[in-house]
Amino acid sequence: MEYGFTTAAYVVAAVLFILSLGGLSGQESAKRAVWYGIAGMALAVFATLIGPGSGLWLLSIILIAGGGVIGWYVANRVQMTEMPQLVAAMHSLVGLAAVFVGYNAYLEAARISGLHELAAHPEQLKAIANGMMPEEWLHLQLQSLKGFAAIVAHKTPTELVILKIEVFLGVFIGAVTFTGSVVAYGKLAGKVDSKAKKLPGGHMLNAGAAALSAILLIAFLNGAGMWALILMTLCALFIGYHLIMGIGGADMPVVVSMLNSYSGWAAAAIGFSLSNDLLIVVGALVGSSGAILSYIMCKAMNRSFVSVILGGFGNTTGPAQAVEGEQVAIDAEGVAAALAEADSVIIVPGYGMAVAQAQQAVSELTRKLRDKGKEVRFAIHPVAGRLPGHMNVLLAEAKVPYDIVMEMDEINEDFPETDVVIVIGSNDIVNPAAQEDPNSPIAGMPVLEVWKAKQVFVSKRGQGTGYSGIENPLFYKDNTRMFFGDAKASVSQLINLID
Amino acid sequence: MKIGTPKEVFEGERRVAMTPESALQLQKLGHECVIETGAGLAAGFDDAAYKAAGVEIAKTPAALWKAADVIAKVRPPTNTEVKRLNGDKTLISFFYPGQNTELLELCKGTGASVIAMDMVPRISRAQKMDALSSMANIAGYRAVIEAGSNFGRFFTGQVTAAGKVPPAKVLVVGAGVAGLAAIGTATSLGAITYAFDVRPEVAEQIESMGAEFVFLDFEEQSQDGAATGGYAAPSSPEFREKQLEKFRELAPDMDIVITTALIPGRDAPKLWLEDMVAAMKPGSVVIDLAAERGGNCDLTVADEKVVSENGVTIVGYTDFPSRMATQSSTLYSTNIRHMLTDLTPEKDGVIVHNMEDDVIRGATATHEGEITFPPPPPKIQAIAAQPKKDKPKELTPEEKRAQEVAAFKAQTRQQVTLLAAGGAAILLAGLFTPASFMQHFIVFVLSVFVGFQVIWNVSHALHTPLMAVTNAISSIIILGALMQIGSGSWLVLVLAAVSVFMAGINIFGGFMVTRRMLAMFQKS
Repeated sequence: MEYGFTTAAYVVAAVLFILSLGGLSGQESAKRAVWYGIAGMALAVFATLIGPGSGLWLLSIILIAGGGVIGWYVANRVQMTEMPQLVAAMHSLVGLAAVFVGYNAYLEAARISGLHELAAHPEQLKAIANGMMPEEWLHLQLQSLKGFAAIVAHKTPTELVILKIEVFLGVFIGAVTFTGSVVAYGKLAGKVDSKAKKLPGGHMLNAGAAALSAILLIAFLNGAGMWALILMTLCALFIGYHLIMGIGGADMPVVVSMLNSYSGWAAAAIGFSLSNDLLIVVGALVGSSGAILSYIMCKAMNRSFVSVILGGFGNTTGPAQAVEGEQVAIDAEGVAAALAEADSVIIVPGYGMAVAQAQQAVSELTRKLRDKGKEVRFAIHPVAGRLPGHMNVLLAEAKVPYDIVMEMDEINEDFPETDVVIVIGSNDIVNPAAQEDPNSPIAGMPVLEVWKAKQVFVSKRGQGTGYSGIENPLFYKDNTRMFFGDAKASVSQLINLID
Repeated sequence: MKIGTPKEVFEGERRVAMTPESALQLQKLGHECVIETGAGLAAGFDDAAYKAAGVEIAKTPAALWKAADVIAKVRPPTNTEVKRLNGDKTLISFFYPGQNTELLELCKGTGASVIAMDMVPRISRAQKMDALSSMANIAGYRAVIEAGSNFGRFFTGQVTAAGKVPPAKVLVVGAGVAGLAAIGTATSLGAITYAFDVRPEVAEQIESMGAEFVFLDFEEQSQDGAATGGYAAPSSPEFREKQLEKFRELAPDMDIVITTALIPGRDAPKLWLEDMVAAMKPGSVVIDLAAERGGNCDLTVADEKVVSENGVTIVGYTDFPSRMATQSSTLYSTNIRHMLTDLTPEKDGVIVHNMEDDVIRGATATHEGEITFPPPPPKIQAIAAQPKKDKPKELTPEEKRAQEVAAFKAQTRQQVTLLAAGGAAILLAGLFTPASFMQHFIVFVLSVFVGFQVIWNVSHALHTPLMAVTNAISSIIILGALMQIGSGSWLVLVLAAVSVFMAGINIFGGFMVTRRMLAMFQKS
């Protein structure tokens, strides 16, 4: 009865998880969707605890509660601008857990197969069984196996081979996710230099490590034992580290969603090895979700997934167009005067806004302009920031109503009728070279066509080329004025000048 | 070198090619300056002012022409003046070499270099010496002022205690420099301004000056100004008909008409015909800026103001810039000064007549006893040629239908191929793997499928919450750890315990953060 109940609970939990993801299609339904997710998770944990095979209830609950307190604390303390780091850090936990659970699965399987082997050698068995009838002892031992071990005990040899492959895969993906997420966290938190870096040998090292892992898999299947698993884990840890080190900071949205996907696949692989359908279902959901997000991000940058993962920008076919003209600076009074005259304003935020923590000031500016009857909207490029949807979250935090926050496709056609565009800390996503210069590294990437507006103000710290190192002709256009300075200070100045 | 400016001998010409201001600048280039006595008087600069600027005063024209190496003046030289040139001298003035062939021959005979200010090519670098533009600018302004003085009403509409005054309606034909200047002046005086030009690309400039572009619905009006150096080219008879028809329609409403239509090297096109004048209200004004070249209006008499039978004033003055002599002298002398700056590259008072330079070559009419007119086309295009705009072909319903069917077929083929390949792969796997694995595999494939269907609907703005929630959900790995924690081995126990702990962090952290984020999204 217990087993049946657990399975039924899993079905309900799976449905709840699907509803939880599906509910994210709208802001309002999303608030309900989280509760579905929480209920699903609670149900799944509860059912597993009372289900077959688990023991040490008290310890489990204490551990969950302990982890929960830490998670709760961190989640409540984190700044919204630090969200990318947090997500990356949490992925690493899932990756590491997958590695451990995979190890355990192997250890258990090894113990069972040990027992089976004993059965094949009665004389040894007799020695161990100390006095009891050998068959009886073995039966007792197998009877005493609980939980996961009990499932493994009933497996046929073919199933055991498959089990080994599953364990191997789960550990591999988990290990890559772990180090990859740690490096991504380091880069996003600014603890590791965000420039793309590779060890000498580049992708050959990764390929070599992957090949070694494949060889180890074969060795493992032929009974190589624990050492093969551990060696492969080291290889996978290296791949995770080196792969993400080689990807530049500007590509982080793809990396984070990719790691998200990996953590899902790792869970699914472990689910196979544990014969747990709920793990498989949820792993597959998370895995495909991350994959789709990565795909959307790549599409938004007009780059193939492979070229992002292999790191760095692809080689350009020719010299990029030289930019002519000069950047014309403007002071806050000038911008304020233009804003005072404008009827429609579009604000294009980028990572610079997040860095300068300027979202509150931007929100205040928006409120003031809206109070004066001006149409203010936000244009969000899919890859603005370091996380998919990063800007939306920041603006939401600053209480900018979400119905004036537009996607690129919704707003791109409106730029020619717009009086003033304020670009705050974004660069590549408003770079006209993507459309005009076929030799540009970002050629063909869809961009926000801000230069079509009557006037563009670019709030930027200095004259440099910024994160991606690509020259931006927008800054040299006739209708562009550079508003140099820290984004937060600049916008605050504007707020005082507008009344 | 000595730069000299004589008094203009053309009757009524009040401009002067050198001002005290420009003389100071010329001296900085290392030149000396000399001016004929009284040359600047009509433009408001007396001899004392020149003297104060360090300019030598020549008593007679003969003395000036003899003293100066470079003679800068406004109007083309008279025959007497040409005779005073010789091989060592350079003349800078308006020259119109295309129309003044005889004069050109005369100058060639003297061996002098002649730089025609009207031949400066229209490229960005040469704008500072483009005297035609600076004069046209003044002409355009003055045309409106002239119109105002002949027009009996306000430009701007007013509602006064003494009654309502309707605003004047102004039509500007030809939106070159003069036309645009006229538009700007007329709109700033408060008139309702309309403008027409055969080059559709100037519509934007017209609108930027505050006038309404008179749109002509004509298929072939695709003249590209770039081909003619930014000037208008003659239009086809059909186009002309259409244009006149439009003007006829506008004529009764217009109070002031300013025509500025000129085509380089031709007589001015007749655009404002007798019947249009007849259709205008009495008291209306026509200002014809093309009078010197025959006029755009049928009734125009050059240099005169005439009144038609129905009381329309037609002004055909040809000396609009000269009527604002101070302003035009200042601008013209600056143009001359810039030309001399280019001619004195080392700023050491030595003229270098560099025939390789696009601007100098273009403006030079005679040099070293040779006629160098017409110049070769400049190496730099004045205006970038407009890319040909291909209209997307209108598809017939049948073609559209065919396209849709083709797209549908392609999609079907793609999906079927994918399904077949995927199905075959799964079947193949099924042959070699045990049933228990396949059971889980089915669950896996279906989940991936459901995942893809569901995630595509997630709104863009919620991608970060999605990541957070999937992160929280992926800690489902805790189930595996929970199942193992009860197992006998201590190593398994420890590993499982750590996993449970980490997953615990993740579950609570992930869901909390998601909730926090979603709570922030607010409608306005």
